Amino acid sequence: MSHGNMNLTLKVWRQKNTKATGKLETYKVTDISPDMSFLEMFDVLNEQLINKGEEPIAFDHDCREGICGMCSMYINGRAHGPKSAITTCQLHMRSFKDGDTIVVEPWRAAAFPVIKDLTVDRSAFDRIISKGGFISVNTGNAQDANCLPIPKPDADAAFEAAACIGCGACVATCKNSSAMLFVSAKISQLALLPQGQVERTSRAKNMVAQMDEEGFGNCTNTGACEVECPKGISLENIARMNREFFMANIKE
Amino acid sequence: MSTTSGKFLQSSLGKKLLMGLTGLFLVSFLIVHVSINACIYFNDGGATFNAAAHFMAHNPVIRVVEIGLFIGLILHAVQALMLTMQNNKARPVKYAVPAGNVSSKWYSRSMGILGSLLLLFLVVHLANFWVPTKQAVFNDMEHDTFAGLKEVFSKWYFVGVYMVGVISLGYHLLHGFQSAFQSLGLNHKKYTPMIKSFGFWFSIIITLLFASMPITMFLGLIK
Ligand code: HEM
Ligand code: SF4
Ligand code: FES
Repeated sequence: MSHGNMNLTLKVWRQKNTKATGKLETYKVTDISPDMSFLEMFDVLNEQLINKGEEPIAFDHDCREGICGMCSMYINGRAHGPKSAITTCQLHMRSFKDGDTIVVEPWRAAAFPVIKDLTVDRSAFDRIISKGGFISVNTGNAQDANCLPIPKPDADAAFEAAACIGCGACVATCKNSSAMLFVSAKISQLALLPQGQVERTSRAKNMVAQMDEEGFGNCTNTGACEVECPKGISLENIARMNREFFMANIKE
Repeated sequence: MSTTSGKFLQSSLGKKLLMGLTGLFLVSFLIVHVSINACIYFNDGGATFNAAAHFMAHNPVIRVVEIGLFIGLILHAVQALMLTMQNNKARPVKYAVPAGNVSSKWYSRSMGILGSLLLLFLVVHLANFWVPTKQAVFNDMEHDTFAGLKEVFSKWYFVGVYMVGVISLGYHLLHGFQSAFQSLGLNHKKYTPMIKSFGFWFSIIITLLFASMPITMFLGLIK
């Protein structure tokens, strides 16, 4: 074992399919470099399982650089592991110590059913987006950007909200499995810009209605989502969503 | 685009709005309540306190507000129950390792339990004071509320129950006060920090004031 490398015990949620009952299985990994990402450590574990003729662990991942939002893992009681404001692929093994036991679970929410092992079905988010997370513009040449003056603070707030990558960590970490940080980011991003005004009212009503229908819980303002969100989406967005929704209901 | 939204008050955000409004309405009642109770500190054998209590028990405007208060409390508690049940259903399988206190405060996650303790306390509290006063008013008799206070707070177990109730209230408000503003959509870079610190001190001061009353009476400091 080269200097600083670690031996770890992993307890990982294994579940054959949505209907099966799952359980935590214990695995050992040895000689893990502190420079590996958490997902690379999982690759090592899966190689090990394949070599033994066992079923590898299903887990979601894609970009491995913190932009796609796929790498949903609930690690030792925290969405994306022990650090705030990062994704699992941005978590390095140097955040752990030799001999540690690490428990890895899937996102837990009625609205995010487990597909297999650590992968969950997040299409509830897509259905919310399809209810209003877009603008209707005609195709053709983009007009000159200076035709649409936008105050800098609004542009900044919209940009910050648009940073949401739809990872679902907010839902996973919320004690109520509430999706309000996600939905509020999507509503805010468009409500703040001139292009978003046409569907502003119906967007707020329809996206909130779909969120409720999907079975996400109700926000109780504990603030856990904001702490765990890899993109630093702020609770101000939830307040803005509330305003948008109240105004939309007053208007029609 | 079709409008798929259902009734406003059945939506998650509508329910939260009602929660926040009823919560703040109940807070406004606390301010009146603590002010009346503080009259015991005139230490004049309950003369000032009884005068204030008599006014509250007979003034017609207060009578109407009292009905509103009960409606507000029931709405708040029923809504709380519905939200809490829905929230439990939203996560049928729990985590093996819970998040604990790293990303949120324990009392912000315990509003349902704190509220339930409050509700239990309120049953005892109403039986102690509200029921006897009502009986007296209905029978057109004078009622010495102050004597009732002394009687109840001479018993250590009532003092204990009141401490539990008041501390639950304190933690409920510590989260609830600022939470209500967020639920109403009021979050502002400049004003939210002020609301938060006001809510913090408000919760602490109102808890200490309410807690001081049974204790000083139990110790015989109020004549
Ligand atoms: C009958 C007993 C009560 C129960 C069961 C109860 C329960 C709850 C629950 C579950 C919440 C929602 C949690 C959250 O939004 O974070 C809440 C919020 C709140 N409660 Fe109560 N509560 C009770 C009594 C009271 C009383 C007597 C007051 C005030 C003196 C109060 C003030 C508040 C406030 C200000 C909020 C915040 C509203 C919001 O976040 O939108 N509650 N309560
Ligand atoms: S708000 Fe943050 S935690 Fe929630 S889905 Fe978007 S990026 Fe992920
Ligand atoms: S794999 Fe894309 S964000 Fe982690």
